[in-house]
This record gives sequence, structure tokens and C-alpha cells, in this order.
Amino acid sequence: MTAHDLYLLSPELSMVGLATALLLLDLFVARKSLILGLGVVGLIVPLGFTIALWFTIGDDSAAENTGVLAGTLVVDKFALFFKFLFIGAVAVVGLISVDYVQRFERFRTEFFALALYSATGMMLMAATVELITLYISLELSSLPLVALAAFLRDGRSSEGAMKFLVLGGISSAILLYGMVYVFGFTGTTYLDEVAARIGDLSANSDQPFGSYALLLGIALLIAGFGFKITAVPFQMWAPDVYEGSPTPVTAFLSVASKAAGFAIILRVFYVAFPVEELSIEWSAVFAALAALSMTVGNLVAIAQSNIKRLLAYSTIAHGGYLLVGLAAVAARTGGDEVDFGPSGVLFYLAGYAVMNLAAFSVVIAISNHINSDAIKDYAGMAKRAPYLAAALAFALLSLTGIPPTVGFIAKVYVFGAAVNAGLEWLVVVGVINSVISAYYYFSVIKVMYLSSPQSDEPILSRFPIRLAVGVTTVGVLVFGVYPIVLLDIAKAAAQALFS
Amino acid sequence: MDFEGNGLLTATVFLPLVGALLIAVLVRNNRHVRLVAGATIVIDLLLSVLVFTAYDLAKGGVQLVDRAPGWIPIDSFKVEYFLGVDGLSAPMVLLTGLLGFVAIFASWGIKERVREYFVWLLILQTAVMGVFTALDFILFFLLWELEMVPMFFLISIWGSGRREYSAMKFLIFTFLGSAFMLVGILIIFFSTGTFDMVELPGAMQGAKLLAPAWLVFSLIFVAFAVKLPVWPVHTWLPDAHTDAPTAVSIMLAGVLLKMGGYGMLRVSAAMFPDVMVDAAKFLIVLGVINVIYGAIVTLRQTDMKRLVAFSSISHMGYVLVGISSVVGVAGVVSPVGLTGAAMQMFTHGTITGLMFLMVGLAYEKAHTRHIPDLGGLATRMPIIAVGFLIAGLASLGLPGTSGFVSEILIFLGTFPVWGWWTGVAAFGVVITAGYILWMLQRTMFGPQLPRFSDVRDATKMEMVPVVALVAAVLVVGIYPAIISDYFSEGLTGIVNSIQQSAQLAMAQ
Repeated sequence: MTAHDLYLLSPELSMVGLATALLLLDLFVARKSLILGLGVVGLIVPLGFTIALWFTIGDDSAAENTGVLAGTLVVDKFALFFKFLFIGAVAVVGLISVDYVQRFERFRTEFFALALYSATGMMLMAATVELITLYISLELSSLPLVALAAFLRDGRSSEGAMKFLVLGGISSAILLYGMVYVFGFTGTTYLDEVAARIGDLSANSDQPFGSYALLLGIALLIAGFGFKITAVPFQMWAPDVYEGSPTPVTAFLSVASKAAGFAIILRVFYVAFPVEELSIEWSAVFAALAALSMTVGNLVAIAQSNIKRLLAYSTIAHGGYLLVGLAAVAARTGGDEVDFGPSGVLFYLAGYAVMNLAAFSVVIAISNHINSDAIKDYAGMAKRAPYLAAALAFALLSLTGIPPTVGFIAKVYVFGAAVNAGLEWLVVVGVINSVISAYYYFSVIKVMYLSSPQSDEPILSRFPIRLAVGVTTVGVLVFGVYPIVLLDIAKAAAQALFS
Repeated sequence: MDFEGNGLLTATVFLPLVGALLIAVLVRNNRHVRLVAGATIVIDLLLSVLVFTAYDLAKGGVQLVDRAPGWIPIDSFKVEYFLGVDGLSAPMVLLTGLLGFVAIFASWGIKERVREYFVWLLILQTAVMGVFTALDFILFFLLWELEMVPMFFLISIWGSGRREYSAMKFLIFTFLGSAFMLVGILIIFFSTGTFDMVELPGAMQGAKLLAPAWLVFSLIFVAFAVKLPVWPVHTWLPDAHTDAPTAVSIMLAGVLLKMGGYGMLRVSAAMFPDVMVDAAKFLIVLGVINVIYGAIVTLRQTDMKRLVAFSSISHMGYVLVGISSVVGVAGVVSPVGLTGAAMQMFTHGTITGLMFLMVGLAYEKAHTRHIPDLGGLATRMPIIAVGFLIAGLASLGLPGTSGFVSEILIFLGTFPVWGWWTGVAAFGVVITAGYILWMLQRTMFGPQLPRFSDVRDATKMEMVPVVALVAAVLVVGIYPAIISDYFSEGLTGIVNSIQQSAQLAMAQ
């Protein structure tokens, strides 16, 4: 391992270093909130390395030596894009946990350290180009999340974590089973070699992918990944886990964990199965998953009376919108305008991260004070906490897809990609779903702005939460009005998939 | 990001937004809020007058362009910041400026959550002004959607009656319509490669659409039909109007409905001339239903505000009737009917604005809108009664008022094409005279009732918007060319392309 390899791995290494340092500090420092603060500030190190890498590696990763550890990991702009996203998400999670961790009697530092370990796993997921490494990094990201989900140590939290563990285990097993088929028929676990072998196989065979067994393997892979991105019908675990987990963990799950899932789907299906005539098969699958996820997520969300559960179903629905982009990617693979869909998915992921974290930050700020997640307890928040209410309303507008927010641009972008790919029917399903979602998002806004408050006591929140709310809200607005910077980054990242 | 243009339109569109942000961030005192909002809207009115007069009719075409091509560049998917006016939109800008002014001054007496109220009203002004000037399809769509949010809050917070229900109904109807429009816009883009609404009518000719033209047309038409509103998707309108505060009703009837008619001309007619010619037979039927059904239902209303709301449905039917003249006679399309439709949008904006204003004032003084409870108000509030009378007479199309001009143009333009259908639509005028005069007689005239013996007339402040609208109604009534010349110029291109389509249809 050379110094250059160390540099390429520096974001992940510094993340692990930071988490471990925090755990050690915990032994000596009595003021736990200080450690948490240090942890958030310490994220500057991996962030700095990621930015440095973004500017030092060229657009064409193949031309340079960007592979690490026998080529199982690759540091390209695609991976770096997701590293930004995960570091940003975990930073926001840190900020919004500052008050929340007071609820735990013990292990306050471990809480954030586990989040950092999980984020590290996700960063590796985005960079991996080899199936076994993929599996290991996926487990590295999931296991800390199971522990985090159980952190409240009450009935709901434990139940959620148990479901997460068992169902997550099953989905991992399915994923592994799929990988076995892929390995068995191609003789390799490296994604680019898989693509080459499939090309040979299908050239000599009239079966799709060269073999029905391989098709089965890919279907199993989709099922395994579907769990990660909460695509219907693999979403069963999500509402209970989201509701039971500590709210910062819910935020992290719905944003980062989902983004990581899309990262590996994009990577695997782009690099390993890019053959044009075969891609039709998985486009239809993703389109069906998209339509199901959007419709089920939105329809069930209407009936929710708990804000965390509502956001859980909204997350499922947004997974559906993202899958629309993915289906468009699939339908266009090999065409001229090939980078239209993936950059749309990346843009949507970043935009979704910002707006969903904004919503969760406000939810935590309010629930720290009123100790309730029931939507009816948000009555009159516009009077009790005018800025928080405005921020939540704005985030919900963005989730609905109404301008001037990033949600609007993101939706236009992925729906545009889908129309371009000839999936007009899917876009019609998508826009009808947007209208359905308007009903429940606006119901929350209505409660905050129209109902009279249960008490006149103002909601006060501390600086870290206000910072998180402020930064994410500004992000929702800026990316919605002037998205060009984020668009360029998303395009550059998507470009890396093809080189 | 390069910016071309002199910024006049940008200022006209975004000044209210700046005012809103100023109020939201800096101003605390309610009196100051009103002053800032008032100053903003007066300047915005002056700017819109400036836009209207700066437009060079002799030169024609799109003018006063403000453009930033590199706003949202997604590879080939280029969204521009592109504002401009032509003959069709210049009068609409003036109308929006005027009604925005009226709405702000009609809200002077708002007591509850004053700051928020004016913020939303000013944002609404920016959105509507933007819709009429945007020439990039995505920008147009963005502003079209933006308008829903302030309306939702304005109806649901400051409304009356079943306001939450009405606001949600408004939101869902509008959003559903615009959602389909997005699909249509995207299909058009991927068929032609541009969002430029000036180029699109040309680019659409001979372009191979990704979906059947009638389907794309319908996807987009739904949004405009909901907005206008066209029977049977009109049901949100009476609820929204009845429960909205006065100023919001003025904006809703005065300019928001016109977005629908404007879209039908700017997008449906200009970009789909062939489909439009085919669809004309449905439009005349829908138009006649709107006119007659709306008028009959209006007759039965006992709430003054609901009465004016239903009369809007009837009057917007005339816009459809006017547009349906596009099919022409023997391949010759006359611009008269379309000009009439556009004129109807402008005049109905001022007349109904005035109607709602007077209803609002009468309600404020008498504390009821229930027509059977009212009577003899004219002796106590002569000024309000006169304003009401002028609005009513203009609404039923009395010569000398602006209402007459637009209706006569629509009938003249449509009669050669649709004959008896036009006759049936014209019967709507008779019913209109019935419900308007009946309402005026029952509320304003007749014996003075003792329970209204101490109501007061309008104050000077309340007179400001009344005078502005009465002036607009009379000036356009006496000298209609001041507006109609603009519309004729703006519709020339559309009429020409429809002419070709109509001749093609004849030849087949």
C-alpha cells in the first residue's frame, strides 16, 4: 500500500479515526455534549480530504491510478459525490442530536460514533466495484444502524430494531444468493469483468443475459437492493423502524441509507449490466417498482397521524420518484443522451437529502420541546415557533415539488429524463402521485398555521439545531432557485460512471 | 450567467416579491406593513403602466425582453430565464398591476395576522405577473405553480365559512391540472428541443411529437380548463370565492381565472392550431354550457358573493365561445372572435374586480351578504350603490361600458361560424340582466330597512380602488381600441397559423 493509496482512502480512514478518537475521549471527558460538538467539527477533516480528492482526480478515472486495494474500490467523482452527501448528512445528524441524546442515560458518545461508522460503510459502498467488498461495506453500514435503531430501549424502538435486524438479515442473504449466481456464471466478482463475461455469454446464447439463472441472480440482487431503498414491496420494515428509532437515526436512515442503496444500484447496473438490449429487462422492473412505491407510499401516508410515520411513508414515495429516474436510466442505456437519467437521480438524491433533513431537523427541534410526534400536537406552531414552522412548511413544499424549491427542480429533472426515455405513462403516475402527496403535506401545514395552539409557550431551541435548520432550509431555496452549481457537480459525478 | 434586457419586466414581476421579503424580515408594526405594501404596489402599478405604454404597437412582436439563457442548463435541457411581452400579454400585465393595486387597498382593513397577509398577497402578485410575462415554458410552469401557495394560505387563514375545505379543494384541483401540464410540457420539449414559447409555435409545425398531438393538447388544456374554469371542473371556484377574503376574490376572479384563458390562447391555440380547429366543436358546446348553466345557477344564489362567483363561470364561458370561432367559415378565420375572447378576459377582470369590491364593502358595512336580509342600502350608502350599479350594468353588457365591447365582439366573431349556438350563448346576456338587476333591486333599492339605519358609506381610503376600477370600466367602454389594438396585434400570428390549419382541414 503506497502513500497514494492512503490518500485515496483518506476520507474513510479519517472517518474511522474520528469515530474511534471520540470513543477514546469518552473515557476521559465528562461533558458528553462537548465530545459530540468535537465530532461534528472533526468532520471537517474527511470533508477536506474529499474536496481535495474531487479537485485532484481528473474526470477520467480510468486514465489515472484511482483503484485501491487490488482494484476493489475506486475513487471517482461518482464515489466522491456520495461521500460529500454522507458526510453532510452525518454532520446534520450530529447537530440535531445535541439535545436529543439527553434522552439516553448512557452511551451518548457511542451514539454518534456508531453513526460515523455507518457513514463510513456507506462511503465504501459508493466506491466499491467488486461484489464481495460491496457486501462487506453494506454490512458495515447496516449493523451500526441496527444498534442505533434500538437506542431508545423502549418497546417500539426494540421492536423496530428487531425487525430491522431480521428483515435486513434476510435481505442480505437474498443479495448474497444473487451474487452467488452472478459469480457462478461469470467466474468473477469484479463488476467490469462481469459485464465483459455477460457480453460473451449473451452473444452465444438466445437467453437473456446468456442464461436464465443469471437473470434470476439479477432479480435477487434487485430484491436485496430494494430493501435498502425501501422500494415497495420490500418496504415492510421501514415504517416501524422509522417510528421506533431515535429521530436523528430516522433522518439518517431515510436520507443516507437510501442514497447508499441508489449508489450501489447505479454502480452495479451501470457497470456490470450495461448491455443495451438486456437493459430493457430491468427498466421495466424499475418502472414497476417506481409506480408501486409512489402509489403505496403516498396513499398510506394520507392516513398517518404521527409525523415520523408520515415522513417514513413519504420516504417510500420519494424512493418511487427516484426509481422513475432509474427506470429512465435503464431505458436509455447505450443511447446518446445517456447521462441524462443518472445525473437526474444524483441531483434528486442531493436535493432530497437537503429537504428531508430540513424537515427532520424541525421535527426534532419541536419534539425535544413538546415530547410528542403526533401531528395534532403541531397545532398553532406558526405562533409558537414561527421560524421553525416556516422552515418545516418550506421543506414540505419542497417534498411536494412546488417551486421555488429544490424539490421542484429535482422532480422536473427526473420526470424529464423519464419522458425522454419514452416512459410517459410512468410520469403520469408520478404527477398524479405528487397531487396525492400535496394533500398530506399540506394537511401538516394546515395544522401548523390554522389550528389554535395548545399552549402559548414558545418553542426554544439551541444553536446547533437552529444551525441545522438554517443551513438545510437555505439549501432547499438556493438549489431551487439557482441549481446550476449542484447540477454541474451531479453531472460530473454521473459522467464518472461511463469512463 | 449572462443577462440581456433593460430589466423593466424583471422589476415589474419581482418588485412585489422584494416588498414581501422586506415586510417578512424587517417590518414589525402593522401600520408600517400596510405602508410598505401600499408603496410597493403603487410603484408596481406604475411599472405595469410603463410596460403597457413602452410596448411599441407599430413594431409588434415580443418586446422588453429580459433574458438569462444559462439559468438552468442540464445538457440539452436548457431552461432560460426569459421574460417578454407581446400584444397579448401587455394588457394582461396592466390588468394585473391594476387589480393588485385594488387588492392591496381593499385589504386596508385586515386586522388579523396583518404581516403574513400582505406578504402572501404580494407573492401572489409576483407569481401572476410572472405567468403573463414568462416566455420560457418551465419558467411559466414554475410561476404557475408558485401561485397556488399564497392562494392556499390566503383562503385558509383569512377566509370565512368552510375555508379549510375550500382552500384544499382549490389546491388539489389546480395542482392536478398543472401536474398534467408538466407532462405535456416535457413531451413538447423532447419533441422539439426547446422551451422557448416564442419559437415553439413555429417549432411545433411539422415536429414529430412523442405522443399523439391531441393527447398532448389535452394534457395541457386540462390545466387551463381547471383555471378558467370550464364545466365540469369548475366546482372549486364557487367554494373558493365564497370563502376567500374580498381582496383575494378580486385577484382570483380578476386575474387568476385569466391565466386559464391566456394559456388557451398562448399555448393551446398558438402551438396546436390543428388540434384547436378540431376541438372547436367541443369548445363551443362547453362554452355554451358554461354560459347558460352558470347563469341559471347564478339566478338561484342568495349569497351576494356566491352570486358573483357563479356569474364568473358564466362570463368565462364567453371566452370559450370566442375561442371556438377559430374554426372559421369556409377556411377564412376572422380575428374578431379571438380578440373578443381576449377583451372579455380584460374587461371581466375589471368588472368582476369591481363587483367583488362592492360586495365586500357592502358586507363590511351591513354585516350580511344574504340577499333576502338586505334592502334599501342605497339611501345609506349612495357611493357604494353607484359603484355597484356601474359594475352591474357593465357586467350585463350595457353599451358604454367595457362589458358591452367584449361581448359584442365575441358574438360578431362567433355567429358566422356557429350560428344558433351563438344565439343560445347570447341568451346568457338576458339571464345576466335578470340576476344582476334583481340582486341590485333587492339589496340596494326598495324601502330603507330600520336595521340598516346606521350603516355608513365608503370612506375615502375605500374609494381609491373603486374609482380606479370604475375609470377602467368606463374608459375601455368608451374607447376600446386602447386595449383591443394590443390584442389584435398579439393575436395576428395565432390567427394566421390557425388560418392555415383551417384551410388544410377544409381541403381534406
